[in-house]
Amino acid sequence: MIVILLVAWYVVGYVISLPPTVPQASAAGVTNVTVQTVASYGRPPHPDWVSYLVKNESGQWVHSTIWKVPANSIVRVTVLQYDGQSGLRNPFLGQPRGVVGGTMTVNGKPLKVLNPDEASHTFTIPDLGVSVPLKGIADDAPNQCAVTPCTLGQAHYTITFEFRTGKPGLHRWQCFVPCAAGWLYGFGGPMQTVGWMDGFIKVV
Amino acid sequence: MSHTETPAPATPAAGRSGILTFNLLWGLVGLVVGYAIGLWIGHRMGSRFDWVAETDYNDVAILIGYALGTLGYLFGLGILNHPIARMFGRSGGDIAKSSTGWSRYARASTDHKVIGNQYLIGIGIFFFIGGLNAMLIRTELLHPNSPTFSPGQYLTIVGLHGAMMIMMVSSIILGPFGHFFVPLMIGSRRMAFPRLEALSFWLLPLAGVVLMSTIAYGGFPTGWTGYPTLGSQADSGMDGYLVAFALVGIGMILNALNMLVTVFNHRAPGMTWARLPIFVWSMLTTSVLMLLGPPMLLAAVVMEMLDRTSGTAFFSSSSGGSPFLWENLFWFFGHPEVYILALPGFGIVLEILPVFARKPLWGQRLAIAGMLGVTLLSFMVWQHHLFVSGINSSLRPFYMFTTELISVPTGFIFLCGIGTLWRAKIRYTVPMLFALAFFFNFLIGGLSGVYLSDVPSDVSLHGSFFVMAHFHYTIMGGLVFAFFAGIYYWLPKMAGVELNERLGKIHFWTTFVFFNSTFLPLFAVGMLGMPRRVATYAPHLQFLNDWVSISAFLLGASMLVFLANFVWSLLVARIPAAANPWMARSLEWQLPTPVPVWDFDGPVRILAGPYEYGNPAAPPVMELGPPIVAAGD
Amino acid sequence: MDSRTDITRAVIVWVVLAIVADLLIGFLLAPHMPPGHFSNTASDQTEINNILALILTPIGLGVVTFFVYALVSFRQPAGAIEDGPPLRGDRRLQLGWVGVTTTVVIVLAIVGTIELLQAPNSQAGSGAGGGQGASAISHPSGNPLQVQVIAQQWQFTYRYPQYGGVETFSLALPVGRTVEFHVTSIDAIHSFWAYQLGVKADAVPGADNVAFTTPEHMGLFEVRCAELCGLWHGYMYSRGHVLSSAGFSKWIAHAQIANAPATHYLPKYAHVYYPLPLQRGG
Repeated sequence: MIVILLVAWYVVGYVISLPPTVPQASAAGVTNVTVQTVASYGRPPHPDWVSYLVKNESGQWVHSTIWKVPANSIVRVTVLQYDGQSGLRNPFLGQPRGVVGGTMTVNGKPLKVLNPDEASHTFTIPDLGVSVPLKGIADDAPNQCAVTPCTLGQAHYTITFEFRTGKPGLHRWQCFVPCAAGWLYGFGGPMQTVGWMDGFIKVV
Repeated sequence: MSHTETPAPATPAAGRSGILTFNLLWGLVGLVVGYAIGLWIGHRMGSRFDWVAETDYNDVAILIGYALGTLGYLFGLGILNHPIARMFGRSGGDIAKSSTGWSRYARASTDHKVIGNQYLIGIGIFFFIGGLNAMLIRTELLHPNSPTFSPGQYLTIVGLHGAMMIMMVSSIILGPFGHFFVPLMIGSRRMAFPRLEALSFWLLPLAGVVLMSTIAYGGFPTGWTGYPTLGSQADSGMDGYLVAFALVGIGMILNALNMLVTVFNHRAPGMTWARLPIFVWSMLTTSVLMLLGPPMLLAAVVMEMLDRTSGTAFFSSSSGGSPFLWENLFWFFGHPEVYILALPGFGIVLEILPVFARKPLWGQRLAIAGMLGVTLLSFMVWQHHLFVSGINSSLRPFYMFTTELISVPTGFIFLCGIGTLWRAKIRYTVPMLFALAFFFNFLIGGLSGVYLSDVPSDVSLHGSFFVMAHFHYTIMGGLVFAFFAGIYYWLPKMAGVELNERLGKIHFWTTFVFFNSTFLPLFAVGMLGMPRRVATYAPHLQFLNDWVSISAFLLGASMLVFLANFVWSLLVARIPAAANPWMARSLEWQLPTPVPVWDFDGPVRILAGPYEYGNPAAPPVMELGPPIVAAGD
Repeated sequence: MDSRTDITRAVIVWVVLAIVADLLIGFLLAPHMPPGHFSNTASDQTEINNILALILTPIGLGVVTFFVYALVSFRQPAGAIEDGPPLRGDRRLQLGWVGVTTTVVIVLAIVGTIELLQAPNSQAGSGAGGGQGASAISHPSGNPLQVQVIAQQWQFTYRYPQYGGVETFSLALPVGRTVEFHVTSIDAIHSFWAYQLGVKADAVPGADNVAFTTPEHMGLFEVRCAELCGLWHGYMYSRGHVLSSAGFSKWIAHAQIANAPATHYLPKYAHVYYPLPLQRGG
């Protein structure tokens, strides 16, 4: 009996474990996605874990990395980058790829390549060939964000880029910077859990 | 020639009764209390480390928790009573065999028959949980790219399936049948070390609970092989995996020692090596593997624990260690482990074949030589798991040769099987059907293994579903079919009731058909390029994968037929079994059913071998001396 | 009926079955046997797979024939329990079985070893051995194209040391030229599996794993990770291209220009890399 309950408990636990899918509003073939990256989520279940948050259609911050965007459209991503610098293990990923026009901007200025030491995260969708490095704020920046969701008044970089979605499908995205402090090679915990530094893009 | 030990008197149940009895309930209480204390100590110690705070996990605390939890559990079960009594200079008492009531199954019993039944239930539960995980895996693979589970949890399900089956179920034959029948088959009244026997059983459910507890810590991503770097990166669920594997490893070593000493020293007069039943030989050779393999595993597991908690770098190449160290230590245990799973199967089917063929075991010495050959060679082949890993390439021809060579002693078993059936008088009972299916499945498993032993062929098949199909044919098609043969054959003696034969035949045919329909297509899937342990695959493989998934669900359903048969026969119908329903000659069937508490009423003398079918001149297999009067009665 | 008749009959059934099965395998299955003929290593693996199928199928059929023959012929009469003849073994038969199986095994091992010892681009074979570690058992003649495969969680990237050490996301190879893969990893253990090329080599951090192949056709091939490496192991999937020589020159020239900003920051080409951060503490 105990065993059956135990089994039932963990089966149910697994099935309901994916974070919610957040649909993104689009107009005239362009979808605006606004996300923020934070050094620590600050809430249960893992207050110390580095994470992404995303704005839903009504403009509220949601803790999820599964986003729904329309097919054959352009996605314009705005990243509010509140996390510090960790450094890339593979400096090759410091160059933006697969973005519309081949460029991205940091605080409005175009960026050709990022010094690998300054990277905080990358936003990479390997299936679509999209990879963008996200510059981290300096360690001694004033007014750093401590509680999520972070506000525009706190230290951050505003990073923008656009990519094309193509045909309908399900694509994984992830971060390539070993930003999970505390794990060997920085690649445990949030780096290997959907909802933190990994997610899906549902192209429909 | 060995002797029968001076029999101990049949003492009643241990003095305590009521709420204060040492039993499983108090063991679980001890587990929880010990775990909580360990966690508290660990947090006091570990909170100064930065990384502990930043990861939300404290691996030190969790490991100490598991260690103290183990102690509390063993104390609650009463397993530590005897050592503690001896430590204080008391005698600790004789070995008691209490044999009344269901409650004896929830206690640390020293009766090998109770322990055999405990193993049957315990391992059965883990087998069904592991099977359930397999159903979840096949659910995920119904569609090429549409996750039913989160990818991390999918990996945990894969890991739990593998770990459940390899760790918990590895003693599926040595546990229930080895403990119940080896003493009976050699004319002994007990195992050599009954208290050790209790300990080695009770470590198993504990390991199972620890393994299941990994879910609460986010699972573990490494599969059952636990390859490092990934294993070192992983969340705290990995600690549970390591502790569970360590507990299983210790249990295996204790089990093996006990079995070896029993077979060497507790054979009745007249039980010469030539008369030793083939099943006992298989237990003997399995025990040699269980004694020599798991110490390597324990070493590796402890190193990994230190890497995860103390900042050592045994397996971290950037700090001077090497992941190859784990790969070699793990597979030095891991490959003998594969034969720990195969040899008991050989033993059971060769034990069953003569009974239902009514003929002596053909080429008994060849069969024994085959088992000894497998035992020896299995320690010389482990690097075939590393053919493409970047080991020194001049070593590969040697391991290719030894791996292919191991098919020679395995072939002996097949020759003995054919020889026994040739010109026999075959009865198609349920155990016989399972034993025959064992040969068919193991043949496919063995032949597909040749592809994997040949390096050029292995390059395209390594790490693919082909490997997965191969070892399911040898383990599921081999070990598990042999287990079912054993359970239909021996359960009348173990439980004293008959199993329903019609349901048994339905169970056999559904299992056999759906097993092959599940795993045969997987050879093709692997050859077409699908790697193991993936949640996504190429869309053109969807038809084959769906076929496999549906077959797997039906295979799962066929297990429910068995469960229904087992529960109905055991709890509802309860038709008492005859003492020797199969008219077998071997020693265990000469005893009454149910088997008396002290097994044999008098000193046993073995007069003939167990397989003297068709030999009218053969004497009965044993004679009993006058009953032993227990001292003090 | 004596024992000899039974054995003769079973042997006849077996021989017929074995011939039919081998003919079917040889003419129907062998031309389609995976992994195909996209490269010289894949061709050799296909050939070995076919040889094994042709040898092992008759062996398997032999065992099955004798089992089935026994199961059909030697039943217990209904309603009775009779004993069979007390046969205990046959020395000559057992020795013969040991001899035959040992010979088959030695032949198989010799065939495999000869294949492994071939130079990777010789006429006789390809040394189709996948990842051979840092010191390969045999080396190709001429000047192979060197390609480094860098595995990371969870993507393969590629470096071409003969072209200024440029690193790329996608893998392209020229047709007909021997390729020398140097497979390594910068975090966990991965396995580089180029399915159609017949190349598989584990990517182990701190180790250089060499594998050779010569692509023989132009087109696409699949690259997958074949060793469990964490969350996105199942998604570590991409395609590579085999191009004409001219097409490859154009592609690599374009890659050198396009990736120049990143190349500037890359570490000097080496067989293994130990990038920071190394340990806990991130």
